[in-house]
Amino acid sequence: MFLLNRTTDALPEPGTAEFDQTMQAYGAALEALGKAGVLIDCAPLAARSSSTTVRVRDDETILTDGPSAEIKEQLGGYAIVECADLDEALKWAAIMPAARDASVEVRPIVAVQAAV
Amino acid sequence: MSGALDELIRRHWWAAVATVCRLTSDLGAAEDAVQEACVVALEQWPSTGVPDNALGWLIGVARHKALDRLRREAVRGTKEAASMREASESGAGQDASPRAADTLSLVFLCCHPALDVSARVALTLRSVCGLSTGQIAAAFLVPEATMAKRLVRAKAKIRDARIPFRVPGSGELPHRLGAVLRVVYLVFTEGHMASRGDALVRGDLCDTAISLARGIAGLLPGEPEAMGLLALLLLTDARRAARSDDLGELVLLEDQDRRLWDAVMIAEGEAILEAALRKGRPGPYQLHAAIAACHSTASSAGRTDWRQIALLYAELIRYEPTGVVEANRAVALAMAEGPAAGLVILDALAHHPQLQCWAQLHIARAELLKRLGRHSEAIDVYSSALDLEPAPAARSFIARRIRELSS
Repeated sequence: MFLLNRTTDALPEPGTAEFDQTMQAYGAALEALGKAGVLIDCAPLAARSSSTTVRVRDDETILTDGPSAEIKEQLGGYAIVECADLDEALKWAAIMPAARDASVEVRPIVAVQAAV
Repeated sequence: MSGALDELIRRHWWAAVATVCRLTSDLGAAEDAVQEACVVALEQWPSTGVPDNALGWLIGVARHKALDRLRREAVRGTKEAASMREASESGAGQDASPRAADTLSLVFLCCHPALDVSARVALTLRSVCGLSTGQIAAAFLVPEATMAKRLVRAKAKIRDARIPFRVPGSGELPHRLGAVLRVVYLVFTEGHMASRGDALVRGDLCDTAISLARGIAGLLPGEPEAMGLLALLLLTDARRAARSDDLGELVLLEDQDRRLWDAVMIAEGEAILEAALRKGRPGPYQLHAAIAACHSTASSAGRTDWRQIALLYAELIRYEPTGVVEANRAVALAMAEGPAAGLVILDALAHHPQLQCWAQLHIARAELLKRLGRHSEAIDVYSSALDLEPAPAARSFIARRIRELSS
């Protein structure tokens, strides 16, 4: 798994030169990965400011706006789910074991036109 | 006339934004469109007269404005346009008449627990109560640009994270209603704390919180806690005129001139509290309101039913197991059974690490020590309260007490 970091929180706005440039660059890279047959999936994530952190303590679900600021926690895995809205996603996040001893960050995946 | 029009618009803002939000699926777009519709109304209504169905008129114009914006932005392909396009496809044939479910959905949206608490409060004041960004910024003593940023960020999160616009199901309702009532309570306490800011703005905030609580209690007639909160706010705000003296200094409850209390508000608060209690589902807001009612019904501070207040605090601990509630119970117990009974509890609390920095606890302990005649101990405890740098009003009160005890 590649963790794709970026220097800005938000994605560039569609229609801007920056957006087009990013799409082209990723398009080229994904084309190469696709041809080699190694690509499973790749998608950008929405701004971290749109995420919600879910913790379950004593059977109570505690929500925090934004990503976890707990430095003792580290990314340990992922799950991709398709839900109608945030409430549904939060409900499923709360049953993940990570929510009990650490936290689950719920963050939207951005649907972009496939560039490949 | 302008004041009357403002009032008319303010009265319809909540329902108008709610309905247009359902039709556009975008809170920011709905708010902007209703704002524009209000500007048109302010221009036209003085000459054409107020339409019979003012709310329907505002919704109609706002919906038109929102669709206009959609057409303008469709070419740009922005995120906002994408969500509005989705909305117009699914909602073109939707009913534009206002519904109670819309107004409730809007409150639950703005008070969603996935939003930061300060954002929930600001968003509710803007989207539900119709306050301007400038007014909200002034009320919370932050620059307008900071408040504008907070609101934009909250609306972006609602859109990007897909926070739903709907009334939660019965399973979630108690928890989600708790979050809503907390926001209303925070708006009220912000207005009630006369410690900072312009007194006039803050009184407005109390009025806003009360009308919000009234609206929510009206929309959820089966929820005694919503009624309990409304009763609590009415009973507390009824004392507004007596809470500060001519110099603007805070007057403690026991020293207040009870003739200045608003008897009509007290009567309404009591009636609402009784109706809530009859439903047989007690909760923290009903208990807080019952405590406020104990004070309101006492003809003088000396006739306060402290035994009843101590019992109510004991009950409240079940919902709010905090040192603050326990300390309040101790003070009530000291009034009912003598200072020694209260001091035992406060002494135990004073060792609690989280409460050591709470000046009010030290002040309460010192007061009881003073009443027991243990003056030198009282002076020591007052001094430790001073070390915590309390608010100016409390500081001058403590200094006065130390002077009295030292002489």
